[in-house]
Amino acid sequence: MSVRRLGSSSLFLGCVSIVGVTLLWEFALKIFPIPAYLLPPPTEIGAVMVSQFGLQMTHALVTLREILVGFALAVLIGVPIAVAMTFVPVFEKLFYPILVATQAIPKVAVAPLFLVWFGFGEAPKVAMATVIAVFPVIIDTAVGLRAIDPDMVRLAKSMRAGSLKTFWKVRLPIALPSIFAGLKMAMTFAVIGAVVGEFVAGQSGLGYLIQAATGSLQTTIAFASIVLLSLIGIVLFFIVETFERVFIPWHHSTDRLY
Amino acid sequence: MDLQAGARAAVELSAVQKTFLSARGAIHALTQTSLAIRPGQFVSIVGPSGCGKSTLLSLIAGLDAPSAGKILIEGQEVRGPHESLGVVFQRDLLLDWRTVMDNVLLQVEMRGLLPKAHASTARELLDMVGLQGFHGRYPRELSGGMRQRVAICRALVHNPLLLLMDEPFGALDAMSRDRLNVDLNRICSETKKTVIFITHSIAEAVFLGDRVVVMSSRPGRVVADIDIEAPHPRDLSFRESPEFAGYVRRVRTIFEAEGVL
Repeated sequence: MSVRRLGSSSLFLGCVSIVGVTLLWEFALKIFPIPAYLLPPPTEIGAVMVSQFGLQMTHALVTLREILVGFALAVLIGVPIAVAMTFVPVFEKLFYPILVATQAIPKVAVAPLFLVWFGFGEAPKVAMATVIAVFPVIIDTAVGLRAIDPDMVRLAKSMRAGSLKTFWKVRLPIALPSIFAGLKMAMTFAVIGAVVGEFVAGQSGLGYLIQAATGSLQTTIAFASIVLLSLIGIVLFFIVETFERVFIPWHHSTDRLY
Repeated sequence: MDLQAGARAAVELSAVQKTFLSARGAIHALTQTSLAIRPGQFVSIVGPSGCGKSTLLSLIAGLDAPSAGKILIEGQEVRGPHESLGVVFQRDLLLDWRTVMDNVLLQVEMRGLLPKAHASTARELLDMVGLQGFHGRYPRELSGGMRQRVAICRALVHNPLLLLMDEPFGALDAMSRDRLNVDLNRICSETKKTVIFITHSIAEAVFLGDRVVVMSSRPGRVVADIDIEAPHPRDLSFRESPEFAGYVRRVRTIFEAEGVL
């Protein structure tokens, strides 16, 4: 069986399992008398998503913007830091302990601080998304840049290429598979960061909507937001993966899964 | 003019030494070595691992600096990779995202030369090593032997005077190795390059070389320098000749005396 057919069949099976669980959920609620404010049936969640489409979308767009800006900042900050860590040993020795120390702090614990620093708008949510997403970007980019065969460096030297040229033509492309692994993780982390930010203090966004709805036991609305949130997460992940396929078609990791 | 070029060595090592410092003291990777290589000569350097043959190649390539002594290429002292130099390593080091053609042209791009100006040379070289029809393929579609052929073309595309090869066929299966030996011998006798070829195979060293430099380990040093008097191009029947057997025996005897074999 070819890789492509294997891929499409696993996509098919994935859909089967999601549809199966949804059906099971729906029929289980018909048999067991669980009140809707605890666990609404999928059909009702779907109905709310249709009837409140405008409201959900307004909040979804806010969250989406926070995720994307947070992710972009994580990449713009993380990649140069990783490059500096790879090429300036002193910088790595100075920066690495700080990186590990800040990573050890639970991000939720600093969320209230971000509020104090960045106010009540979207800025603290973006900051939270960035802070969580930047770590995998730095680590995976640094690992990728280091993955080069030492003989490859010697070959480049024998060609009398400068380090900048070696970086663009050899080192960076070799690092791309690892960088993309980091980007995929960063994207899912950015979703978490944005929602955590909204939980702590939001007037808008799906995280805010989930909190507000559960606060008044409108569980169905919360579920609708959660479904939307996971859809956003999945779509963004696949967008990064599509970029991966376009940029590094030679890499085998694009053949596995999905 | 020819006479003058003939008189001057292409590569000249005078009293070159390389010492590495480690926690347990100095390691003499290469003790005082002097060697002069004529333009167009194919020199095989054979020895066990740890005899300093790869160190020697690094020094000539300008990738490492000698601890003492001087290395001259075309009369110029080596202070970094010489501009007229091509290197082939044991691994082919092809870039997965470049076609065969673009992998060959990497040499040109890295040197800041125009790829377009060297495209026809690249095509000729690829055809010469038997890769016609593979110019647009990617490395993953090639066998190990074919990949190493591409690496050889990459080392030759800028028409260097000196070709350095560090156990280039060490990772190949015996059959690919035989074929590449014959092909390399043909290419080198056609292009008249000066070649320094590192190997741990006595047969390979004798088959390819105009001259075999025998090295021994601990400390790394040259123990013999043997001229191989056989015309080029050579084919595999040369390996069955009594002359060939004689040369191989001579090198083996040296290794036995050194306690290597």
